[in-house]
Amino acid sequence: MARWGMVIDLAKCTACQACVVACQAENNVPCVEPEEAERGRILSWLAVVAEVQGSYPRVSMTTRPLPCMHCDSPPCIRVCPVQATGITPEGIVRQTFARCIGCRYCTNACPYTRRMFNWYRPEFRGELQLALNPDVTVRPKGVVEKCTLCHHRLMQAKESVRAEGRPLAEGDYVPACVEICPAGAMYFGDLEDPESRVAQLVRSPRAFRYLEELGTEPKVIFLSQGEWAGGKQEPR
Amino acid sequence: MENKNRGRPELLGADATLLQPIVATRSSFFHLALVLLGFTSFAFFAWLHQLRWGLGTTGLNVPVYWGSYITNFVFFIGISHAGTLISAILRLCHAEWRRSITRAAEVITVLVLFFGVGSIIVDLGRPDRMLNVLKHPNFRSPLLWDVCSVSTYLLASSIYLYLPLIPDIALLRDYAGKYTGFYRLLALGWQGTPRQWRVLNRAISVMAVLVIPIAISVHTVVSWVFGMTVQPMWHSTIFGPYFVVGAIFSGIASLIIAMALIRRIYFLQDYLKEIHFRHLGTLLLVFALLWFYFTFAEHLTTYYGHDPAHLAVFYSKLAGRYAPLFWGMVLTCLVIPVGILARRRTRPIRSAVVASVSVLVGMWLERFTIVIPTLAAPRVPWARVSYSPTWVELGITLGFSATFIFLYMVFTKFFPIVSIWEVQEGREAALTEVAERVKSYLPGPDVAGGAEVADGSVPELSRREGVG
Repeated sequence: MARWGMVIDLAKCTACQACVVACQAENNVPCVEPEEAERGRILSWLAVVAEVQGSYPRVSMTTRPLPCMHCDSPPCIRVCPVQATGITPEGIVRQTFARCIGCRYCTNACPYTRRMFNWYRPEFRGELQLALNPDVTVRPKGVVEKCTLCHHRLMQAKESVRAEGRPLAEGDYVPACVEICPAGAMYFGDLEDPESRVAQLVRSPRAFRYLEELGTEPKVIFLSQGEWAGGKQEPR
Repeated sequence: MENKNRGRPELLGADATLLQPIVATRSSFFHLALVLLGFTSFAFFAWLHQLRWGLGTTGLNVPVYWGSYITNFVFFIGISHAGTLISAILRLCHAEWRRSITRAAEVITVLVLFFGVGSIIVDLGRPDRMLNVLKHPNFRSPLLWDVCSVSTYLLASSIYLYLPLIPDIALLRDYAGKYTGFYRLLALGWQGTPRQWRVLNRAISVMAVLVIPIAISVHTVVSWVFGMTVQPMWHSTIFGPYFVVGAIFSGIASLIIAMALIRRIYFLQDYLKEIHFRHLGTLLLVFALLWFYFTFAEHLTTYYGHDPAHLAVFYSKLAGRYAPLFWGMVLTCLVIPVGILARRRTRPIRSAVVASVSVLVGMWLERFTIVIPTLAAPRVPWARVSYSPTWVELGITLGFSATFIFLYMVFTKFFPIVSIWEVQEGREAALTEVAERVKSYLPGPDVAGGAEVADGSVPELSRREGVG
């Protein structure tokens, strides 16, 4: 059984936000009005979060694309009172929109703040209506939603390889954010398969898990920026 | 016998005053009720507005997903500890001064619990799917533990309120001359026979014992909703006892306020005396100090540990955005009540009430400064957006408080707010009972009946038959 995981190379990431836009379009994540955004109501399954280290004049900044970490030991699943969220055998942390009661306990238990709540009925105006992805349900108001690692793409990939009569190969199933990344900073694949690119990258000395000390065991693994972080040294 | 007395509460003798609120209602009652119902309907309107448009009408945001509703939930559940816990402990300790205050306390518990549960329902994004907690329960979730313990508590404290009401309902059936059918139904055929008294006293004792662990579990579980997460300054082992102490603290405060109002409005100076307020004031003082001890221990540990994520929350409370609320809490939960209550009280009622109002404000702030600062400073450097409640949240909060007061008032119009039979029993039997109990403490041979008193059952009294 596959164990899907993602590797994000922070040394390659240019913080261009293409992944954010791709995710928004792929998963029918509603755009909010500027006033609502001001009030902290942005919905984004994947966000590029900037982290500032040090203080002036010795400042450095890390920008980090942050999808759901798809933890192997997810705090959100434990606290859901109605089992509206769970982990699939392939390791994807899922959300059942039709069962969620909107108590927002999971959003508060997630140390990565990667779960979003529908404050209003989502609106898709004009062309956005035409751009809706028919493979992904539009969520109703009052429920929690989150990154599914583009689970619908996994379903499609499984169907097409079954039609072709071959097993799922690397690259058959890739989430929208990874597919779009112009810098090639994001990798996706089966962590169980030792031959896969992600499994090899995970073994890199640069690999680390975000907030690893909390014991959540994320399946999104970052590659650190290396020695030239902070602009002290030129990349070799 | 009964028919002759009906509608003549004055035949009850000295305690007829206790039936007065039920027999006669002044117009000021209706005026106040109208005002309170005004708040209720405003809250209802606010809730409909929120249902129509979504939780976006509140001040909640990413990452402050919980706000005043959850604060209210913890606050109301805390106040519910007024009743059952205080009354049960005093009953079990044979504290004789409890007799005229137990009922007033127990009613607070039962009524305020509905608003605790209501706060959660209002907070849900999809209240229409509420029953999913029964259809698909996840017993690993502290929120489900809450559902279990709060409903058990509601059931137990309702029984605990109802049992000691039965003899009084029978009195109402025989004397009030109003709603006789209603009282006959609720009195369950109470005649005051020795056997009935024996069963009732046994049942009350059992419930008093049962209700204490349930009450403590309720607020412990409420604290675990926060404590079981890994979030900074929520993930704390002290939260269980800390919340229980805070709950009893705010519970005593609300009991004092309720008693002072009842005393004034229904002219019960004879029943709710200065000594009651003195005793409760002392209890409030003890809990103010206990509460401070927990608060201090919690914050010192956090500061000393120096975990950056925890410190971010710590500083936002002590010196940052939430500092006015935090120090306001210290002022109203510690400085004001201790300042008032630790001195020799020349006007015990007034000082107890002032201290209690201060404590209620402070405990709401305490709940607020536990819930919000943690959410506002998550580990991921997410956009820091401040949280302030909107009119919807304020309206629902005010409406809940007003509706609670309204229901309490309505209760006093149907049932005696001071337990008549307990006062009578105190007047007629407690004096000898206490004297015997004190004798049994002293050196020398045990007096007869000492053993019976010790096991908690009241000796059978022949005078019961004479009550009617």
